[in-house]
Amino acid sequence: MWPFIFRNLLQRLVLLVIVSVIAHSVVHLAPGEPSEVDPANPRMKPEDIVKIREAFHLDDPLYLQYAYWMRDLLTGELKSFKDSQPVLPKIWERFLNSLPLFIVATLIIWTLSFPTGIHAAIRRGSAYDRSTTFVAYTLISVPGFFLSYLVILWVVEWLGVPVIGMRTFGMEEAHWAFRGMDRVWHLVMPSLMSALAGIAVLSRYVRSQMLEVIGQDYVRTARAKGLDEDTVVYRHALRNALLPFVTMFGFLLPGLIGGSVIFEQIFAWPGLGRLGYDAILSRDFPVILTINFIAAALTLAGTFISDILYAVVDPRIRLE
Amino acid sequence: MAETQILDEDELALRQPPESPLREFWHIFRRDRLAMAGLIVLVLLLFAAFAAKALTEWTVVFDPATVRLVDKFKPPMSAASTLLPAEDLPRGGIYLLGTDELGRDVFARMLQGSFVSLSIGFVAVGISIFIGILLGGLAGYYGNLRIFRLMTVDTLIMRFTDVMLCFPTFFLILTVVALLPPSIYNIMIVIGLTSWMGTARFVRAEFLALREQDFVVAAQAMGLPERRIIFVHMVPNAIAPVLVSATIGVATAILTESALSFLGFGVQPPFATWGNILSDGKGYIFDAPWLFFIPGMAILVVVLAFNLVGEGMREALNPKLRRRT
Repeated sequence: MWPFIFRNLLQRLVLLVIVSVIAHSVVHLAPGEPSEVDPANPRMKPEDIVKIREAFHLDDPLYLQYAYWMRDLLTGELKSFKDSQPVLPKIWERFLNSLPLFIVATLIIWTLSFPTGIHAAIRRGSAYDRSTTFVAYTLISVPGFFLSYLVILWVVEWLGVPVIGMRTFGMEEAHWAFRGMDRVWHLVMPSLMSALAGIAVLSRYVRSQMLEVIGQDYVRTARAKGLDEDTVVYRHALRNALLPFVTMFGFLLPGLIGGSVIFEQIFAWPGLGRLGYDAILSRDFPVILTINFIAAALTLAGTFISDILYAVVDPRIRLE
Repeated sequence: MAETQILDEDELALRQPPESPLREFWHIFRRDRLAMAGLIVLVLLLFAAFAAKALTEWTVVFDPATVRLVDKFKPPMSAASTLLPAEDLPRGGIYLLGTDELGRDVFARMLQGSFVSLSIGFVAVGISIFIGILLGGLAGYYGNLRIFRLMTVDTLIMRFTDVMLCFPTFFLILTVVALLPPSIYNIMIVIGLTSWMGTARFVRAEFLALREQDFVVAAQAMGLPERRIIFVHMVPNAIAPVLVSATIGVATAILTESALSFLGFGVQPPFATWGNILSDGKGYIFDAPWLFFIPGMAILVVVLAFNLVGEGMREALNPKLRRRT
């Protein structure tokens, strides 16, 4: 098992380096540079632009720029082009803001889609199955910001709860219970909206996995033994249907990070996605590249853990 | 002769010529009412999109570009103002779906947008399918070839696919679209270049299975050129799952375009797409709700139709479901 883990880690490191090279070349080869963000500014003289290009190493060949970026990233001295603040603390702070969103969204996705999918599979073709199918497709098909705007309007108008931002301004003096509830409302709405598409996809996947397993011989045998339906479904069928979901864990991460750009923008949530959006607007290459790098590293870590878990959960698989 | 008498019904059924795969597919697909509804919507939409191209650009029956400041924010079905000069009047003197903040006819803009939105979806998916089949096919067919004695073609291509899967796709699209000069073609190309990984993976899987099948081995034994074996014999047999993911891919591309429009990086004027009508409309959600709801519902219905048709195709192609019926 250890040689496998070691080899796997090494492969992933190589992948990570390739990802960073591709991201770096894409960002640098595309037209548009940090020095051109504000060409209309009359105080920008040609010599200033030369100074800026020099300070950011923009005139060096690409591989040197890559080397500078990697060196600064690994020594933790990477500075943002925009405000010369160190990049890593900046990203870390925003990441901590986004983390509760990711966690709550993931929890919502996994707790809602399993019961929905299992029930739809057991009662295949029933009204319940058909209506959840339809609702799931509607949720995948609606533009995220369209639905979010409608839900925000509804929540604000009918429930009278403000949901934009991380907390309501001016609540600092309130009782802790009120502040806590306020935080929960602000957290739940964006998490729920970014989870909706995930719920729809995952519940469909649970349904098809369950259908596959329910048709197997060992499930029929379990029924023939006279076991009650709950034992058959949850002990015999569900356990076997669960296996592929171990791998889904790793692949859900890039979607959450990418999706956070939209939902953090809608809900004015000061997280990683908005930092990335602002960085793109101001051509802040170090921040863009580092967010991309961290997202790729997280994805690789996620799929690595999935691979190992797969072997732990499924005794038929031997790691070699 | 005695043999024929002991044939029971099952065997008789087996002796009959099997239904052609396409007819069998259609029989199963037709029973799925949601998918059929989706298909009808899509056919209507295709007609609408081509009609729109003809009626808004070739012969201008509905003019999406005329600005009428006297008539801004007219609700749907309202008559045009009498102050307008005759050449600016909308068709029939009525705004079917109202007007926007510049007094442009929303119906004409939606028509124009239907063609643009659909072509973004189709071109992006075309690019991603092309790359997916190419790379997946190479990995599946020539997988065992070694390059420079270092790694096989299969390893190289599939590792590259893994690399692409590590990127947060939407963030990557956003980065590239924001850095490139704004153009509708860039958006199509970028969406296409970042969404081929799924296609490549299952084309490879199909090819690995097909490569061992008798008809391919026979074709190789006959000495057919590899080009012909791949494109005439193997690709048509691997195309079914590709079509399913293409159908769903068009839906995803339309949604991605609307998300880009929301962030301000979508298709720029003068092109109207449903995505940018919707994101322009979000500022007037209280004063002119039709500017928000009409494009929103249109996107919802069309994307839903694509998804339902794709899922119906997947079910109809699933051999396990087929045998049961």
